[in-house]
Amino acid sequence: MTIGSDIAPGRLPRETLEDNFGDAHPPLNKQQALIEASRCYFCYDAPCIEACPTSIDIPSFIKSIATENTRGAATTILQSNIMGGMCARVCPVEELCEEACVRNTAEDKPVTIGLLQRYATDDLFEHGEQPFQRAAPTGKRVAVVGAGPAGMACAHALAVNGHDVVVFEAREKGGGLNEYGIAAYKVPDDFAQKELAFILSIGGIELRTGHALGRDVHLPDLRREYDAVFLGLGHTGVNALDLDSGAMEGVENAVDYIARLRQADDLTDLHIGRKVVVIGAGNTAIDIATQSKRLGAEDVTIVYRRGVEHMSATWKEQEWAQTNGVKIKHWAQPRRLIGWPANGAAPAVKEIEFEYTQLDEQGRLMGTGDTFTLMADHVFKAVGQTFISDGLTAELLEHEGDMIAVNDDRQTSLPDVFAGGDCVPGMFLTVAAVEDGKIAAAAIHRMLTA
Amino acid sequence: MADLTNDFVGVKSPNPFWLASAPPTDKQYNVERAFRAGWGGVVWKTLGEDPHIVNVSSRYGAVSYNGTRVAGFNNIELITDRPLDVNLREIKQVKRDWPDRAMIVSLMVPCEEENWKAILKRVEETEADAIELNFGCPHGMSERGMGSAVGQVPEYVEMVARWCKQYSRMPVIVKLTPNITNILGPARAAKRGGADAVSLINTIQSVVSIDLDLMAPTPTVDGKGTHGGYCGPAVKPIALRMVGEIARDPECAGMAISGIGGVSTWREAAEFISMGAGNVQVCTAAMTHGFKIVEDMVSGLNNWMDRKAYRTTADFYRAAVPNYVNWEQLNMNFKTIAKIDQDLCIQCGKCYVACEDTSHQSIAALRDETGKRRYEIIDEECVGCNLCMHVCPVDDCITMNAVDTGKPYANWTTHPNNPMRVEAAE
Repeated sequence: MTIGSDIAPGRLPRETLEDNFGDAHPPLNKQQALIEASRCYFCYDAPCIEACPTSIDIPSFIKSIATENTRGAATTILQSNIMGGMCARVCPVEELCEEACVRNTAEDKPVTIGLLQRYATDDLFEHGEQPFQRAAPTGKRVAVVGAGPAGMACAHALAVNGHDVVVFEAREKGGGLNEYGIAAYKVPDDFAQKELAFILSIGGIELRTGHALGRDVHLPDLRREYDAVFLGLGHTGVNALDLDSGAMEGVENAVDYIARLRQADDLTDLHIGRKVVVIGAGNTAIDIATQSKRLGAEDVTIVYRRGVEHMSATWKEQEWAQTNGVKIKHWAQPRRLIGWPANGAAPAVKEIEFEYTQLDEQGRLMGTGDTFTLMADHVFKAVGQTFISDGLTAELLEHEGDMIAVNDDRQTSLPDVFAGGDCVPGMFLTVAAVEDGKIAAAAIHRMLTA
Repeated sequence: MADLTNDFVGVKSPNPFWLASAPPTDKQYNVERAFRAGWGGVVWKTLGEDPHIVNVSSRYGAVSYNGTRVAGFNNIELITDRPLDVNLREIKQVKRDWPDRAMIVSLMVPCEEENWKAILKRVEETEADAIELNFGCPHGMSERGMGSAVGQVPEYVEMVARWCKQYSRMPVIVKLTPNITNILGPARAAKRGGADAVSLINTIQSVVSIDLDLMAPTPTVDGKGTHGGYCGPAVKPIALRMVGEIARDPECAGMAISGIGGVSTWREAAEFISMGAGNVQVCTAAMTHGFKIVEDMVSGLNNWMDRKAYRTTADFYRAAVPNYVNWEQLNMNFKTIAKIDQDLCIQCGKCYVACEDTSHQSIAALRDETGKRRYEIIDEECVGCNLCMHVCPVDDCITMNAVDTGKPYANWTTHPNNPMRVEAAE
């Protein structure tokens, strides 16, 4: 039996790690794509279009694939969603377009819209083709804060309309969650940066990384210097868990670890516990659990305080984790961490005690008083992320709950300031962020050309 | 079990499925494989005079449709490219080894009495069951005054058929080309010439596609292409129409028909036989899938006949012929309208847009209170065209249902709008 915490790098040979973090869902080849495209009924008033937050004309792009007009297919996609390539990889299609596919009704097997979308957009990127053309310069300048999906979608649409855009990004690279947050095997081969480069290739967009709002740039200055401002600030914080009192080695936020993993040059350097416990129920919980397993963790357990029907991770994501050998336990909440004996330094986690939970008669969650413990070398907290408006304290920006309040045009309470993505109320999906950026850009364009 | 044994102009075979004169029946090796697989008979690939012809390399073109390969097929091959005596020797051997199978020999020689007389004598020595006159090949041979060049001239058809009957004891089947305005011309000529049967259709002249990189028709031979003969599932409706035309023609009465053109399953065989074919010939389906497909053809036809209580193919032979009429004979007082089974509907809206954009605006696109799509037929507007039923991807979701108009049968010949109507007798 191991004495002491077992967190170690290189649990698996390099080749195995490379396989494990290669494309989790390989692309369709041409023949597969043509066969799959032929399954699309080309519905009238297609339900899939309605289910897509960016309203991509899905039947039309699939018809174009079927006629081998792949460039036309990609153009149709990117006109509605400039991050169609990323969304093809990360969208929860099983709850969006593919759930709406009429093929489900008769045969429970939707057209694989996501894979077809990837086929079309990959083809365009491989050909290095630019389907968009910038309009004549308007002389207007727009500041975008945050180079994630919302910000870049907004920047691109503005640039296409002839405006000049400066994007301020706090991190070293653009891309936002696409670069730092999505599970590695969903976006191998540096796709987030390739897509970013494609978006920037339209011209008229200057990306300034290492510029944080409230530190390096300030909203009042931006409002003075630019004709309009778009805030795509994202989730800047993580929800706290009661356990946080008293730091313990081996306990950390899932999003921090995933960001490290995404930026790692060499996966054999990454430390991972032999026994891993993940607390949470969303896609981040699924991502950290599955990636832990694929890094070589022996036992990985997700523990969630409610039932399977309450999990925000889609059924497909849950199946994916389970197929990867992750165990999901429901109806238990963490109560306390138990550490290894330590001499002065912060102790390393050894066990985590959970209390069983249930709903009381009013439907509120309550502990039953019964407990169990799980051995854990590594505990990941994935109980949700939140928007923290640190960089905006001096501003009179109206909020809705914790988030920035916006109208249908994604306009904030300041008429020249717009916002979108995870810092405004919504679905917290890449595709929804792109739509926010797109809508805001259209509104800004109308405002600047009025 | 139904009895599938077939007697076609006196030629007996264990089932009505013959392989048509084509590459699958080119030589002993293939034909023996076919017989082992269960084919009822073969029409040996067309023999010609020596020196034998030469084929080019790159011979077939095909149409893929929505991922289905070889929905249509096209070839630029000619008749046999082997010496005559080799073919005759093999035919004799195979017939001797497989006496219960039909062995038909396809022939094509220049339109001279002596040429036909000579080859008929040699074929007879093989003890083959019958001959089929290739008056259909639409490429390569027609330019040499043979094949469809003969089939397109009724006088030649009659003349050659007559020679063959005169100089041979074998039943004569005349294979007809569809590359003609009226199929009855050559069919009646065959009858006049004394032919025992016609077989149809041969292939349809076609250019299957253009290679947009080479800018040449396919199949492409060193940068050039030529027209070929089209066949396969895509041509079945054309073949079925022509078979029906001959089957109901009084002048052709008594002449047997061998149905050819897109027969891929037992179902097409049942259709051809009910339309007046005594048996069917198959090529493309075998070239696409191999000889094994005959197993399902035999069992499928058998099972269908059992369920319909048909004991032999004679029980439904020509059953559809009386119902194949000219348009003017159709009942103008018949009315059918579409009905959508809402439980089966998957809300794809294909029926709606087809009707709305291209037909009679007789389907309503609705949404219920939950936003769910609902498509409904507007009975008063529906003309019963069937389009919605055909575009609906779900079987039996849209059905056409006859409605009682309370009016008696009345056709165009007496319709008031017909300037050439026949007045009812007083």
